[in-house]
Amino acid sequence: MTTYYSKDHEWIAVDGDTATIGITSYAQEQLGDVVYVELPEAGKALSQGDEAAVVESVKAASEVYAPIDGEVVEANNALVDEPAKVNEDPEGAAWFIKMTVGNSDQLSDLMDEAAYKAYVETL
Amino acid sequence: MSMNTQGRPTAAGDVGESFRPKTFTGNRGLDMEEPLIFEFGSLETTGVDLDEDESAEFELGSFKRTAEIGLPGLAEPEAMRHYVRLSRNNYAIDSGLYPLGSCTMKHNPRLNEKMARLPGFADIHPLQPVSSVPGALELIDALAHWLMVSTNTSAVAMSPKAGAHGELCGMMAIKAAHTAAGRDPKIVLVPESAHGTNPATAALLGYKVVNIDAKDDGTVDLEALKKTIAEHEGNIAGIMLTNPNTCGLFEREVKQIADLIHKADAYFYCDGANFNAIVGKARPGDLGVDAMHINLHKTFSTPHGGGGPGSGPVVLSERLAPFAPLPFIRKTDKGLELVETEAATKDSEQPFGRMTAFHGQMGMYVRALSYMMSHGSDGLRQASEDAVLNANYVRVGLQDLMSLPFGERPCMHEVLFDDSFLKDTGVTTLDFAKAMIDEGYHPMTMYFPLVVHGAMLIEPTESESRAALDLFIATMRDLVMSAKRGETERFSGAPYLAPRRRLDETGAARKPVLKWTEPAPAEVTPAAAE
Ligand SMILES: Cc1ncc(COP(=O)(O)O)c(C=O)c1O
Repeated sequence: MTTYYSKDHEWIAVDGDTATIGITSYAQEQLGDVVYVELPEAGKALSQGDEAAVVESVKAASEVYAPIDGEVVEANNALVDEPAKVNEDPEGAAWFIKMTVGNSDQLSDLMDEAAYKAYVETL
Repeated sequence: MSMNTQGRPTAAGDVGESFRPKTFTGNRGLDMEEPLIFEFGSLETTGVDLDEDESAEFELGSFKRTAEIGLPGLAEPEAMRHYVRLSRNNYAIDSGLYPLGSCTMKHNPRLNEKMARLPGFADIHPLQPVSSVPGALELIDALAHWLMVSTNTSAVAMSPKAGAHGELCGMMAIKAAHTAAGRDPKIVLVPESAHGTNPATAALLGYKVVNIDAKDDGTVDLEALKKTIAEHEGNIAGIMLTNPNTCGLFEREVKQIADLIHKADAYFYCDGANFNAIVGKARPGDLGVDAMHINLHKTFSTPHGGGGPGSGPVVLSERLAPFAPLPFIRKTDKGLELVETEAATKDSEQPFGRMTAFHGQMGMYVRALSYMMSHGSDGLRQASEDAVLNANYVRVGLQDLMSLPFGERPCMHEVLFDDSFLKDTGVTTLDFAKAMIDEGYHPMTMYFPLVVHGAMLIEPTESESRAALDLFIATMRDLVMSAKRGETERFSGAPYLAPRRRLDETGAARKPVLKWTEPAPAEVTPAAAE
């Protein structure tokens, strides 16, 4: 399994042809207390850059974008009832969606952990 | 000598400055705890003492109530005290400086109130015959006239009830104009610094919102705009741009933006929330604006909620004027006519529909016109100049201690700081805002606009005197220095002195309690009963 990161502060853990997607710890910290999560239905086709989910905190509402093309396999519906999980375990139990990897070439545009850390340092 | 035996010592006993008694009532002096009306009103009694009329026959048949109505009965003084006490917990422009940015919390002159209470305006009903209210029509028409003159536009839709509603009205007119031209573009452009109601309005009408990036100076990036227009050629319905923008900066390239938009067969919706900065100085129509709402409760000094509903008339350019919604006033040789139905329109009038059941907020129209006429065009211009002057006075008074995200350039009617001056203090924008409450100030707008980190948007308005601004600046400086000295307790638990301590916003959003339920009666333990 390889984990990639996007400039939109999402992590993408790829295992074979499935990718699990969530927001990074940095993103959760910036958002503040998350109070609402909206997730897509399984089966929804997404293109890179499409709005995949919505996350709302006491400060602001933000979109979670599809980092790659693919189809939603499963959404983590537990977040809908317990949005606090996004603050507690953003890079683990609080994953947002699992999707197919429609075009693995798109993964090469993403960052690895070290590159993402360096990117966050610049913000 | 006659003795006054009523003489009494006036000095307090020596208990120390910080002693605070725990009171029996829970009140703190004249700052009273106020329960909900259901918690002290009795469900069994009424405030009116009338004998039951036993001879009366019930005439509503099966509509007879079978359960208790469940409303608390209160006598008039009880009801009045309840609401007066609640009102004393309300911070208002009438009680202090209210620097809430992007809201224009200016003084609401009492003359406006006096005019609005004239029986000829206050006591009319929207369903009474139009022929019986020529004065009301004349007043609406006069207000419409001055709104058009001050913006150099061709029509105005008077009925929208607030800024956001006005946005919807303006964008519906734009959509109608595209439809009339046989076009169906799908995209609305919205700059990053926009108020949330802009993208929400576009989305509500089924448009896809595309963001336009800002330059480092906080204004729209013309090159990014050109690129986006080219990318979506032929598919852009319009742009929603706020000017002065929500960073308190005038979009200097507004003419170029308007030209680019018009060349793309699209319309320019201007969010007029910040019109107070430019009344009498610039006319939006001259800047290429096709539609703009004017929040009467901001620029023209009508109350923000509480004292009455909002009002957001929308001015329209010549190209959009035919699509103004019903109802509208038409001038004829015989006087003013109220056009209320599609059937009464002429060929040149193509209203996109109707937004409200009636004609709009009459009380707000009276107040706004009263404000305009008592100020005159020179007075309105001066109000704008003073609003800008005051904001810059605050900016200069604070810029060495706080942080301006876009450099020390002049601002318009409001000044935007970010939270970099709080870096490493452990104090957040929210903490800082709460500490302002302890100092007796309503906080500034915070965390908006989203383009800067930990935003603090301060709009003092023209209402404040130099002395009031000096005290505000001195207070803010004291708070900043306190944060920088590491006095975090002053912030982390604030407010300490308000009727309520810090509210649990997260809890309120995650587990909102939206309905009052009667608390279970306290169980009487044997010990307590003794
Ligand atoms: C920039 C901006 N646009 C639109 C609005 C919406 O106006 P209203 O609150 O009257 O609906 C506001 C309100 O504060 C605003 O600041």
